[in-house]
Amino acid sequence: MAVPESIGGYESINLKKNSSSPRTLFSTVMSVVATLCAVLAIIPLFAVLFYLLRQGVQYLSPSLFVKLPPPPLADIGGFGNAFVGTLLTVGIASAISIPVGILAAVFLAEFAKDTAAPDENWIDFAVNILAGVPSIVMGTFAWATIVLTTGTYSAVAAGVALAILMLPTIVRTASEALEAVPGSYRQASIGLGAGKVDTVLRIVLPAATPAIVTGVMLAVARAIGETAPVLFTALFSQFWNRTVWEPTATLSMLVYSFAQVPYKNQQNLAWAGALVLVAIVLFLNILARWITRKR
Amino acid sequence: MTSSPNLPPESSSKPAWKRSDSARFLDNGFVWGTGAFGYALMAILIGIALQVGVQAIPALQKFGLGFLFSTNWNPVEDLFGVLPQLYGTLVTSFIALLIAVPIGLGIALFLSEDFLPEKIQRPLVFLIELLAAVPSVVFGLWGIFVLIPFLRPLGIWLNQNFGWIPFFSTPPAGPGIYIAGIILAIMILPIISAISRDALVAVPLKLRQASYGLGATRWETIFKVIIPAAFSGIVGGVMLALGRAMGETMAVTMVIGNANAISPSLFAQGSTISSLLANQFAEASGLQSSSLMYAALALFLLTLIVNVIAEYIVRRFSIKY
Repeated sequence: MAVPESIGGYESINLKKNSSSPRTLFSTVMSVVATLCAVLAIIPLFAVLFYLLRQGVQYLSPSLFVKLPPPPLADIGGFGNAFVGTLLTVGIASAISIPVGILAAVFLAEFAKDTAAPDENWIDFAVNILAGVPSIVMGTFAWATIVLTTGTYSAVAAGVALAILMLPTIVRTASEALEAVPGSYRQASIGLGAGKVDTVLRIVLPAATPAIVTGVMLAVARAIGETAPVLFTALFSQFWNRTVWEPTATLSMLVYSFAQVPYKNQQNLAWAGALVLVAIVLFLNILARWITRKR
Repeated sequence: MTSSPNLPPESSSKPAWKRSDSARFLDNGFVWGTGAFGYALMAILIGIALQVGVQAIPALQKFGLGFLFSTNWNPVEDLFGVLPQLYGTLVTSFIALLIAVPIGLGIALFLSEDFLPEKIQRPLVFLIELLAAVPSVVFGLWGIFVLIPFLRPLGIWLNQNFGWIPFFSTPPAGPGIYIAGIILAIMILPIISAISRDALVAVPLKLRQASYGLGATRWETIFKVIIPAAFSGIVGGVMLALGRAMGETMAVTMVIGNANAISPSLFAQGSTISSLLANQFAEASGLQSSSLMYAALALFLLTLIVNVIAEYIVRRFSIKY
């Protein structure tokens, strides 16, 4: 088929993409490189999960949750006290950080713009910076504030350190959730004669609850896995807790200390503990995702 | 003339549509009550700085800034300095960025372009988020028992064949700086890819269309239009990841070897400020304890600076379309 040399005075151009030109080749190569990057990132996740399952599953049994950590060279024992200790410390942290975080978020999202002082940006800024404070520094803070003054390592001290760790996540997700509630809800509520208390507590907060729950669950998941803040606040314990004012074992701390000993039974317990830890954390993350997905 | 005829007749001096004093008092109290919690967040941040600073005073007085340039760590003679730890913190974070920035950006591009249908892309984004959820201590455990034995042959080979390069000048002895750097890279990868992806997705479609319309290929568009438009978000994400890497404790402590030494070799053992704290804090007392607080203060300030810069970049240079 004859192609005209020129159309209306312009030279004809081939509009087909030339697949061997350097430009197209470069584009194709880069697409492959980007794909490889994504594959490369997934590998560590599956490698970690694979080894956890391979090393940990064989030792899983219900008795792990009721027995105490073993001495070296004995049988595998269990991490009952550490499991309870994790629930205890994270429970204390949640009891502090959830109300504080949500109320602070209410102020940030609902009232900070109305009050005359331009503090919203500063609080926002403080939350972002707090999120970047290394968790071990939070541990040193809790040590200086609680352990030094009470004279003992305790679940409470660890709870305070973990609460500071959880706060930024809770405040951020909760204030985003509150801001996502349409303004018409508030106008309707105020139009019906409700004050600020009723509007926030009975209209805005319930509407934002699923997203807030998601944020709280992510924060709890992070606190369960964190070791650095409990390292010298809860310390560790070989025994069951009698009070919250004594050294307390946690699951993450058990994994840390038993990973570095030469005794096979304690190492195996560390793998089983890590598997339980990751299972809880991933379950909470997937559940959190599922809650917001349903909306 | 009477106002609004629909309103009930007034008995008191106050109009009925004004809310009662107690209701208004309650509202104001609520605003100030929540405000107190808002300011409490600022107070916590300041409290951390003050508390750590106060505890560090004895060491600050004794060693001054020389603390940051001394390689001594001698509890017997009460002489302390954190130069090796400062070096370890910076080097491991740098290795982590070197690995994680290109790969993280690659992932972000892969997941923001239309390579994959939405149905496959979303779970993939979620999987990378899950990588961020894996506890640090689990990465440490995995590092000790899987990554160290796995990388050891490669390290020995590099040392035998390229030992004249300072980076590979010592034989790998299990734990070491390079393992810590690689584990940190894995841990900050999700941060870099998630924040970069957000920034890339936020670039308006019309920029892309205009670029395609001018005849650019996909990757010419990415390099010359999309990445420059998203640059502040990407740099902000990288800075946040750097702050995270410098403060990361458990995984690093478990795989770095915890030696008080400075060596150019990546296979050498070392330590970071956070690993020093993790190892010694519980057993320390007196001046050693105060010196550790000084180290914590240095780490706090280091991450503070990095995070403030990150925050500044994101706020100052983000382009609103």
